[in-house]
Amino acid sequence: MHEVLTVARKEFSDGLRNRWVLAISLMFALFALGLAYFGAAVSGQVGFTSLDTTIVSLASLAIFVIPLIALLLSYDGVVGEEEQGTLLLLLSYPLSRVQLLAGKFLGHAMVLAVSSILGFGLAALAIAFLTGNIASAGLWKAFGSFILSAVMLGWVFVALAYLLSVSVNEKSRAAGMALIVWFVFVLVFDLALLGMLVATQGGLHAELFPYLLLLNPTDVFRLANLTGMAATQAYSGLISVSSAQLFPPTLLFGVLLLWVIIPLGLASFIFKHKES
Amino acid sequence: MNCVIDIVAVCKDYGRVHALHDLTMQVSQGEVLGLLGHNGAGKTTAIKLILGIIEPTLGKVEVLGHSPTGKSARTLRMQWGYLPESVSFYEQLSGREVLDYFAQLKRASARERDGLLERVGLSEAADRRVKTYSKGMRQRLGLAQALLGRPRLLLLDEPTVGLDPIAVRDFFSMLNDLRKQGTTVILSSHVLPGIEQHIDKVAMLREGSLQACGTLDELRRQAGLPMKICASGSWPPGFWQRRLDENGIAHYKINGTHLEIDTPLDAKLDVMRLLLSQESVHNLDVQSPSLESLYVYFNSVQRQESGHA
Repeated sequence: MHEVLTVARKEFSDGLRNRWVLAISLMFALFALGLAYFGAAVSGQVGFTSLDTTIVSLASLAIFVIPLIALLLSYDGVVGEEEQGTLLLLLSYPLSRVQLLAGKFLGHAMVLAVSSILGFGLAALAIAFLTGNIASAGLWKAFGSFILSAVMLGWVFVALAYLLSVSVNEKSRAAGMALIVWFVFVLVFDLALLGMLVATQGGLHAELFPYLLLLNPTDVFRLANLTGMAATQAYSGLISVSSAQLFPPTLLFGVLLLWVIIPLGLASFIFKHKES
Repeated sequence: MNCVIDIVAVCKDYGRVHALHDLTMQVSQGEVLGLLGHNGAGKTTAIKLILGIIEPTLGKVEVLGHSPTGKSARTLRMQWGYLPESVSFYEQLSGREVLDYFAQLKRASARERDGLLERVGLSEAADRRVKTYSKGMRQRLGLAQALLGRPRLLLLDEPTVGLDPIAVRDFFSMLNDLRKQGTTVILSSHVLPGIEQHIDKVAMLREGSLQACGTLDELRRQAGLPMKICASGSWPPGFWQRRLDENGIAHYKINGTHLEIDTPLDAKLDVMRLLLSQESVHNLDVQSPSLESLYVYFNSVQRQESGHA
């Protein structure tokens, strides 16, 4: 554990040093405040609107931004050290490859968790203060569960980034593949699913369809945040097709957790058997 | 047990590439082994096998009596230090922070860390970013890192590449200190001049095969290369010339006062006696075959053999 924590501490302090934590927190805070204030602009007014609208529009934006940030943060986690020559050195030290990978993941996971909590938390605080809702349990619960799911979504893509990072031998290739992963999960998957749905005229997959959504972590995140919200119908094209009541939140968080564990497990398996 | 590294009949393939072929090599406690070869000869592969970073395809590797990939790997890893070839470290960190990270992984104290910075002469630059370091300073940081935890075995991959002559001298004086303390050292290099007096034993690799392994004297005897004797004085033709010719010993006169003689090892003393018996001689200089000429010899022997095969 000492080894894992040592590596994690270094990765986290690197995150502080190169301003990742600061940049992500600021970005999240600005997004949250901006969306909360201008979220209702479509309907011709500005000002803090309903909590549901804020959360729904935040989630829609987070789906694009968080995977990208997580992939950018971690795609060179292993392959970068390999190019630098430090990986070989670390492998000669008294720590196993799994410990090294676990430490690195933990460090980056903390970078994302801290900046999400700081960024969105501060925004929630500001919204609560400005709207005079500081004691509203509903607001804190909604933001709490949004932040938790956002952090989990980030971790999923950090895990996927490590899977890329151990599978390739050049940093540039890892960067290219990171973009492809982002493209597939954020854009292509839903389009393909929608296409399938239309092609089969909705008949064939009526039962299967909601489960297919679980195959994409961004959709799981969407389900976790959009189901049961009044504003959902207006915003969430694909989701509304599936029954909102089908998956309880705990199950969705469980699925996200699986989406962290499986890529990470695969990454450590590949890393362990890699000849470097 | 005295044997620090025991490599027996090791082959290492990467797919269809044979990186090492039938390598057998022993290194004893306190020895400094020079691992020589061109780029791509298998030096780094051999070091990775010793460090347990890769496993041999065939054969056995033991370090301090244990397999470096087995159960004792952790204990072994506390007992060695490694300096990889051209490592650039973490540019954004200071020298002290870099060393701190590695010290924590090796469970070395902060006092030891600062002592090592002092020892490699980086105390003053310790809080500057590694980005601003010269190649020589990076190499010294690398050496400090390798010395964490007072290792019994040091593996240094091309430690003097790109260093200026003063940095090279500093490096070797540090190496000599370690040697006196009984540290076993493996030094891989393709830079030959100057390392002779710092190593006890040489292993020469070429295209993954061991060409020669032994002390310099052993290799000289094995190669049977002539010694060079330079004598200055005046050399009128006479008895000495007849004697040399009778024994088939080549000699050349250079600008009238210098005589160069290539003599087989076993005739060295006779030739010297002969030369000293000339009254006009006023200086004798004897040169054993250099490491460089041994390297060329062992590499070309192999080439001829494979040519015939």
